[in-house]
Amino acid sequence: MEDLLNIFVKSIFIENMVFAYFLGMCSFLAVSKTVKTAVGLGYAVIFVLTITVPINYLLNEYLLQPGALTWISPEYQEVDLVFLTFIMFIAVIASMVQLVEMIIEKFSPRLYNDLGIFLPLIAVNCAILGGSLFIQTKDFINVFEASVYGFGSGIGWFLAILAIGSIREKIRYSNIPEPLKGLGITFIICGLMAFGFMSFMGIKI
Amino acid sequence: MSKDKEKLFSKKNRTLLTDPLDDSNPITVQVLGVCSALAITVKLEPAVVMTLSVIFVMGSSNMIISILRNIIPNRIRIIVQLVVIAFLVALVDQFLKAYAYDVSKQLSIFIGLIITNCIVMGRLEAFALGNGVWKSFLDGVGNALGYGWILIVVAFIRELFGSGELFGIPVIPEFIYELGYRDNGLMLLSPMALIVVGVYIWIQRYFNRKLIEKD
Repeated sequence: MEDLLNIFVKSIFIENMVFAYFLGMCSFLAVSKTVKTAVGLGYAVIFVLTITVPINYLLNEYLLQPGALTWISPEYQEVDLVFLTFIMFIAVIASMVQLVEMIIEKFSPRLYNDLGIFLPLIAVNCAILGGSLFIQTKDFINVFEASVYGFGSGIGWFLAILAIGSIREKIRYSNIPEPLKGLGITFIICGLMAFGFMSFMGIKI
Repeated sequence: MSKDKEKLFSKKNRTLLTDPLDDSNPITVQVLGVCSALAITVKLEPAVVMTLSVIFVMGSSNMIISILRNIIPNRIRIIVQLVVIAFLVALVDQFLKAYAYDVSKQLSIFIGLIITNCIVMGRLEAFALGNGVWKSFLDGVGNALGYGWILIVVAFIRELFGSGELFGIPVIPEFIYELGYRDNGLMLLSPMALIVVGVYIWIQRYFNRKLIEKD
């Protein structure tokens, strides 16, 4: 239990997708003009990360890793399918995004309309694929740890986009030099926020 | 032959290649492909390798999708595009592992992330699905060059001021250090990349005023 909590806190703050790894930056910068859209996309990212990371963990564990196929028969001990990682992971993500889109459309048309184009956009959000690729470098013992990691990463991304969305709304009427307005100042604010998040780095859990 | 060539590089086609360098730069104007641009610009070498990989992937994927554009069913086009990109990226990944193992280790997951580098998919959606093969190829290469240009500028600044080196070779003369100059370790941290890009955008828009955002 304690381990799960550690992974959770770590994935939110210390290994924040946006500010520590700079993943999912494009939609993070492009969709954060207002808080409302930012929150919508944030929810969707949490959702997709929570689903895809455990699925890809299982794929990695029982299909892709060297010797992962021994559960079928011991003679597959030598098989190493790691080179298929990208294609497998991206296929899972693309199909999951498609599935999520259909489920939301069916059961909650209102949320579906609110999210609009951001739902399919998630398929190419690098935070999602990044989250799945990171599980190859971390040694999670079981699928629960992977799920918690996925959920935590999603929350971290959500908090980040919420923060930048609020700041951008706040500074809309500030007196910024003209050429710096919009994208330029957003980049610089992001940089400063990332410095802030670096203070979490020293913490060892 | 020369006539043919003139046609290939007509004025319109040339702008496809040069526009992304400034007016419609993928990173500073279209906000595509920011993620990888930030993480691999600590040193010049990985930035150059990344640029070359992206040029290859974008040129070929734009070409392939443009060839297939009339037979891809609209509903599954995202998956088709991703499969094409993933295939090309896997090629690059294996190639780097074989011939430049150190660099490929440095770039670690970012080569894989070319797949979700929105710049590739974004140009496929925006351009290759509706244009001919040669034009799409030019557009892909042009955008990759615009992307690489930013990468190299940022990497140049960060490596020069961060560690006083270019391509790993010390360039700042010893006597400057003796005068009390110190490398700025801050430049090596990734948040600085965001700030350098921000300042680049500032300078670019100062000289190119039509890019200034109206709110």
